[in-house]
Amino acid sequence: MAHHFEAHKVEEVLPFIDAAVSLRRFIDEEGNPVEETKVQLSSELLLKMYVTMVRARILDEWLLKMQRVGRVAIHAPNAGQEAIAGAVMALREEDWLFPSYRELSAYIARGMSEEEIIDRAMANADDPLRGSEFAVYGNEKYNIVPAPVPVGAQIPLAVGAAIAAKILGHKVVAMTIFGDGATSRGDFHSGMNFAGVFKAPVVLVIQNNGWAISLPSRRQTAAKTLAIRGVGYGVPGIRVDGNDIVAMYITALEAAERARAGEGPTLIEALTYRLGPHTTADDPDRYRSKEEVKLMERLDPIVRFGKYLKGRGVMTEREERDIWKEWGEKIESIVKKCYEKPSLPVSVIFENVYSEPTWNLKEQMEELEESLRIMKELGVKVE
Amino acid sequence: MVVMNMVQALNSALREEMRRDRRVVVLGEDVGRRGGVFLVTEGLIDEFGHERVMDTPLTEGGIVGVAIGMALYGLRPVAEIQFIDFVYEAFDQIVTNLSKVRRRTGGMYSAPVVVRGPCCGGVKGGMFHSQSNESYFVHTAGLKVVMPSRPYDAKGLLKAAIRGEDPVIFLEPKILYRSIREEVPEHDYTVPIGEARVVQEGSDVTLVTWGAMVHKSLEASKIARAKYGWEVEVIDLRTLFPFDKEAILKSLEKTGRLVVVHEAPKTLGLGAEIAAYVAENAIELLKAPIARVTGFDVPYPLAHEKLYLPNEARIIMALSKVMNY
Repeated sequence: MAHHFEAHKVEEVLPFIDAAVSLRRFIDEEGNPVEETKVQLSSELLLKMYVTMVRARILDEWLLKMQRVGRVAIHAPNAGQEAIAGAVMALREEDWLFPSYRELSAYIARGMSEEEIIDRAMANADDPLRGSEFAVYGNEKYNIVPAPVPVGAQIPLAVGAAIAAKILGHKVVAMTIFGDGATSRGDFHSGMNFAGVFKAPVVLVIQNNGWAISLPSRRQTAAKTLAIRGVGYGVPGIRVDGNDIVAMYITALEAAERARAGEGPTLIEALTYRLGPHTTADDPDRYRSKEEVKLMERLDPIVRFGKYLKGRGVMTEREERDIWKEWGEKIESIVKKCYEKPSLPVSVIFENVYSEPTWNLKEQMEELEESLRIMKELGVKVE
Repeated sequence: MVVMNMVQALNSALREEMRRDRRVVVLGEDVGRRGGVFLVTEGLIDEFGHERVMDTPLTEGGIVGVAIGMALYGLRPVAEIQFIDFVYEAFDQIVTNLSKVRRRTGGMYSAPVVVRGPCCGGVKGGMFHSQSNESYFVHTAGLKVVMPSRPYDAKGLLKAAIRGEDPVIFLEPKILYRSIREEVPEHDYTVPIGEARVVQEGSDVTLVTWGAMVHKSLEASKIARAKYGWEVEVIDLRTLFPFDKEAILKSLEKTGRLVVVHEAPKTLGLGAEIAAYVAENAIELLKAPIARVTGFDVPYPLAHEKLYLPNEARIIMALSKVMNY
């Protein structure tokens, strides 16, 4: 199919609204330091940031492969958006996270293992969410509340949790992550409004990745940036380079500190880019040019940060290679292990609807069991 | 006649109606350049431009609310909900405005909007890409509700929905989008809203169903004939509201036995209304209690979804219950 892409100049190819508006960044596109952070970041922390992004990238590639061979229902590719881990690493253990469905590095940053993520993606017997849904992850162990798939529906939830923490006198911050598309939904409006009115200790992070499926973010709103939308709610908004993990970390750290100090919410617009399709069911060639993707590949957050670390002497070339090799092997063996796990029992269909199953569910479970017997008798294969 | 799948049939209905009537506009998420995530609106933007094929911001409430406003002013909007599971943000507009504009303005204004979108399961879509939520709409007075099971009906019903004076919720079982191909006329035709279709005649049991379950029911009825010699009359309801009560009663006069099969959960599924209607109005025709085969009363599962959906074995169980009463 032939498509007409209206833009011809490089600046016009960018999907962002006014990409010329300056971004807060500490590392430039070539991996050079732009300015020093006020907070001293230890080498250990910097390396952890790098490793977290690498793990997420390798895992993302595996989940794509697993979807292609039918072991995973659907995957929302993460490549290019791994620096969100920086924002999450600014949280404390007791803080709460309300992510969306494209944040593998965020889960890893909170301590979730690849095995837990793959079990979830495969909906196998160890899936902590018991086969309820695809592409979403979370666990109370890490204070990560799994997302509802309809975008933005988690925003008021994060605000509510933050207000609850405030009522109970806990010094706990809630962070929510959502995309540029979600800012058009009513839930963004009500969440932001409540956050402002009740000075909720919440950090709202927009992963503006340029595209809500086929809609470029410049057509999502007529506002000059998404960050300035905070003005209308009395919530400070800041636009950062979302592919600079240090900028993500420092900005989120400041926002979380503000929240903890009782100064209320912050809206962070992180400019990033979805290098892959929206999901494994999408075909981005129908709506965006290869030229644009090529342009944005230059901003790969992992490549950039790797250069930065090597430039600062935090990581050597050899260490860099070893990190990729080590995690590549580890994750491959985890995938193999997960492949061997049994599937969930049929009874999960009726689990967790209510705190205790109601009479109709018991009746229907019996109907299902009888039907399994009849299927055998009739020789009907359903699954 | 051209052989088409349901996506192509829906696309041609939209294209023909947009050519016929310049008041017809299409709006929704990714309906323009992307052609919709299932390509139902593919190519429309090239022919009709971005004013009549609007790629909207991501807000179902906005899409339906704006469509209602356009309709009040005189347009004939067709609003796409990318997956019907995302409709709930628009539920306020549908229940508050769409269904009640005619009534609350004393008949001065009306909103002939078609809200269409993919529904139902069977494609590993999980909790939010698989729902059969037709009952919410059937329960809301002022809305007509349609669900085709084949390309021919999809095209004819969509044209009828666009031309009608009432708002229509048009539900498209996504598993049927590309799985069935059949001949569809190139000339203009409509399938009237409110008319069921007897898909297969039979004298022993009336099986009322719709959407993808029409095909599952036909499969089950084949087994029932081969194995037990039961002749099942399969009725595709096509319009869920106002449903075709005459077609159901006429068939029951012949068979005296009723099974309803639907994908939606059992409790307050449309099967309950059909069963109540028959019990209230024609209980003397019945030789056996009415049986329902439905989705279970749970959120749509990702794991074991094929066991959640009605299948041949469960349909046979229900047939056997009414035949052996």
